[in-house]
Amino acid sequence: MPFVPHTDADVRAMLDAIGVASIDDLFDEIPETLRIQQLDHVPEGLSEMDVARVMHARASEDGQPLNFIGAGAYEHHIPAAVWEITTRGEFYSAYTPYQAEASQGTLQLLYEFQTMMASLTGMEVANASLYDGGSSLAESILMAVRANRKSKSKRILLPRTVHPHYRQTITALVGNQGIQIEELDYDAETGCFDATSLPDEPGDIAALVIPYPNFFGRIEDVNTLTDWAHAHGALVIGVVNPLALALLVPPGEWGETGADIVCGEGQPLGIPLSSGGPYYGLMTCKQVFVRQMPGRIVGRTVDLDGKPGYSLTLQAREQHIRRSKATSNICTNQGLMVTASTIHMALLGAEGLRRVALACHQNTRKLLSMLTQIEGVEAVYASGNAFHEAVIRLQAPVDDVLRALAADNVIGGYSLQQHYPEMENCLLICATEMRSEADMQAYADKLARIMEMRRTPAQTAQPKTA
Amino acid sequence: MSNIPDNLKYSKSHEWVSVDGDTAKIGISDHAQDLLGDLVFIELPEVGDGVTAAQECAVVESVKAASDVYSPVSGEVVAINEAVVDSPEIVNQDPYGNGWLYSVKLSDSSELDALLSADDYSGVANEDH
Repeated sequence: MPFVPHTDADVRAMLDAIGVASIDDLFDEIPETLRIQQLDHVPEGLSEMDVARVMHARASEDGQPLNFIGAGAYEHHIPAAVWEITTRGEFYSAYTPYQAEASQGTLQLLYEFQTMMASLTGMEVANASLYDGGSSLAESILMAVRANRKSKSKRILLPRTVHPHYRQTITALVGNQGIQIEELDYDAETGCFDATSLPDEPGDIAALVIPYPNFFGRIEDVNTLTDWAHAHGALVIGVVNPLALALLVPPGEWGETGADIVCGEGQPLGIPLSSGGPYYGLMTCKQVFVRQMPGRIVGRTVDLDGKPGYSLTLQAREQHIRRSKATSNICTNQGLMVTASTIHMALLGAEGLRRVALACHQNTRKLLSMLTQIEGVEAVYASGNAFHEAVIRLQAPVDDVLRALAADNVIGGYSLQQHYPEMENCLLICATEMRSEADMQAYADKLARIMEMRRTPAQTAQPKTA
Repeated sequence: MSNIPDNLKYSKSHEWVSVDGDTAKIGISDHAQDLLGDLVFIELPEVGDGVTAAQECAVVESVKAASDVYSPVSGEVVAINEAVVDSPEIVNQDPYGNGWLYSVKLSDSSELDALLSADDYSGVANEDH
């Protein structure tokens, strides 16, 4: 379908029909002071050739740095076939199609995706995805408040070890809905919530959030936390890295009866790193809560001839029917990302995912042991379990060190003190399966040199003793 | 023409009330179940919950839509009909009998005066057509 813009005559005719003199008059309720008269900083247009030249120049500025940063978005190998298939014309749309049932291929893919997510998380049902990890957690909190009919409070316990950006998203999305977010501090020794400090009489709680692994890469005591929450009438929301679930006990098996809602960021499963996304959020839950789950759900059925077919199901609480009373009004799914993810998981298989997860875990351990041999670098957590991230403390200003590493083509990690003031000069590091032994050695060598250089001038600056 | 028993009181939002002393039993009208179509899920308040007249207190979900049930009267929920939770189709089959939803201990019986008679409600139900 060609795009045909309105002609001046079309515009005039429409304005005349509604009795308005000019298009500007349609905006006259916006105060003059808020209206931009002229866009001073928008340059003249460029030819396609000139644009290509500018883009190449900008792209090369990024270089090809060695990346040791994780912190919620991870660099993984994506087989070439994934995006080759995803971008075929038949799949290439960001949305669930209107007249969804006319696109059986897309619906079947979403159904397979749901099956994979339910299986990875150990839960009974999954939706067709949400916007991203942070919004999936905010939606899970809203869902838990709706679903927990025993709890009369809207009180949510949220560990500080949940991704800081997710916590900001929660404040933005649920902050004005009467929901009381209570942050739980972590134990400085373990980087986890101290399950032995759980109160016997916590009062009425709607839900407890458990990050898995947590922002520091640590594995919380999920069984104790889950059973404690259930014993006090609270639902359990697991916010997970789905790749980690290829190795770890799935949330459906936490404690006596498992988590109730599971959400998380789907990016590690076939989505390339990109600042600002698009990524996607995953969400699964126990069957009893399916009617409170936001978003689209694809079901499998049979047609009149008994042949299998797929359809959108459980739509009665969606926004096109319930309007303002829908389970959610910001629950768009990420069809294209999910398509890539489903193909990615299908290509790797359960065993492939497990091997990727294991390689990440082993690489990060190796990196941690290499880096902590450097003078002035120490591991923050001496014991306990972790997935594929670790925290180190530098005896040097972390921002200076990161800048020096970046100048040497290494992205050294994520500085934690911006979100955790108590973690001065601490760095969250990650080595996925993409990092070779040589990559890690290069990082260690460069960091050793930088730390050494920082020590030397400091020593020469010391006043000489007589 | 839907069935509208004379012995019940009705709300404009299509709930019925059957009063026995200071307790009232509540359900949705035959007309309401007919408009909704086959019910597939029902969410009731819990025993002990307080409900307020004209406020939503339950949800009836059909394949077409999930609709709120507005309590026609205020009070404390003293019983709920577990049978319809397990088999929502009972509400379609017998909306005034086995398809009742919950009963409350009335906190303000004067609210009953504001409800509609069968005659008045039949006018409301007809407007929908």
